[in-house]
Amino acid sequence: MDRLTPVEQRAPGHWQVGTVGAVKPETPRVKSFSIELPMWMPHLPGQHYDVRLTAPDGYRAQRSYSVASSPLDEGRIELTIDRLEDGEVSPYFHDVVVEGDQVEVRGPFTSYFVWRGEAPVLLVGGGSGVVPLMAMLRHRRRTMPELPMRLVYSVRTAEDVIYHGELGDETVLTFTREPPPGWSGHTGRINAALVSEAAPEPGTAFVCGSNGFVETASALLLEVGFDPARVRTERFGPTG
Amino acid sequence: MSNFISRGFTRRRRVPEGLADRLPPGQYAESGFPVLTAGPTPKIEPAEWGFRVDGMVDHEREWTWDEFHALPFETVPCDIHCVTKWSKLGTSFRGVSVDALLAPAEPRGEYATAFSYGGYTTNLPLADLSGGKAWVVTEHESEPLPREHGGPARLLVPHLYFWKSAKWIAGLRVMDHDEPGFWEQNGYHIRGDPWQEQRYWTD
Repeated sequence: MDRLTPVEQRAPGHWQVGTVGAVKPETPRVKSFSIELPMWMPHLPGQHYDVRLTAPDGYRAQRSYSVASSPLDEGRIELTIDRLEDGEVSPYFHDVVVEGDQVEVRGPFTSYFVWRGEAPVLLVGGGSGVVPLMAMLRHRRRTMPELPMRLVYSVRTAEDVIYHGELGDETVLTFTREPPPGWSGHTGRINAALVSEAAPEPGTAFVCGSNGFVETASALLLEVGFDPARVRTERFGPTG
Repeated sequence: MSNFISRGFTRRRRVPEGLADRLPPGQYAESGFPVLTAGPTPKIEPAEWGFRVDGMVDHEREWTWDEFHALPFETVPCDIHCVTKWSKLGTSFRGVSVDALLAPAEPRGEYATAFSYGGYTTNLPLADLSGGKAWVVTEHESEPLPREHGGPARLLVPHLYFWKSAKWIAGLRVMDHDEPGFWEQNGYHIRGDPWQEQRYWTD
């Protein structure tokens, strides 16, 4: 590694030690961590980083987390992490990590679930599946705000809405358990009517969430005329 | 090897008794069977399913679902390792050895592209597909393979990361060179040996 040129050191794949900046609570079980990177390189919205934790006895745990920030935020990435009770890495971030801590990461990785400016584009997120979609939404706002991009976002209750203050009129929310008082919008699981409202014409879709959510949502998109080759999905498993 | 220690981190997950040496580096043991797919789940009925071996072969071969089931089936106890970090230890599948599918075709190349219904591809050297190391399976733990796990049939190559075990497998195309498949073009390693932690291009 010492013999690599600076350009090679920036190639994705090398572990680097980042420094945690602002830690922002998003919901009771979700926090966003801004991480400054010495070998930062621009990511494509939708890409992920791997995080590696090392215990004093040498034990290690690795997980992947989607980047939530736009690549225009140079020198840092934001990872938004859902706290999973039986997890190993997410509880560490929630219970231990504070501003100024160091964390080992590498990335950005994989280039399929990424937005490269396709339009029109429909984002469909369930719970913390909204994270990679937020990178797309944020990047579009800062580069081509007129481009047609809509977000359908399914959450359980009002307190589960991640990025609450940043969702604008491009977003259609649905509450599956308990809507906030006075809510006159959508409730219940996403359905064809909701998808048709958000996407009057089929285009490219990015769907992210639990496997059950993604199965339901992607089947709905095919029903309303989306081409399966233009429905990109990312599913997360039960652990963290 | 970096000397970095994560402040305040200690192990929380335990590997089930006696299985620690079966967990490759960077993996954790998962009792469930998570689903990871890059697009919508294709619906392939067994009656429409077929498996073919083509490309650089002396004899192109094709099997219908019924013809495939006349081939000798084996039970395959194995551990599987997903590049997203989970491993499922001590599971089993049932299917036909890829040796039995390649032999009658008489391959002339050293590599293959596995191709699937829905358009997925993945590349493997024949050395990783032959010699009792790979199967086309239709059952998982004595049940028909669920559609979300690749049913009616998927490739099973348990010694490599699980993206190589193509779901909804339609056939193998024998080639004279190693050509990156879907994930191999999109960032994952050309071979994907979990014991060498070959996750991404530069690993």
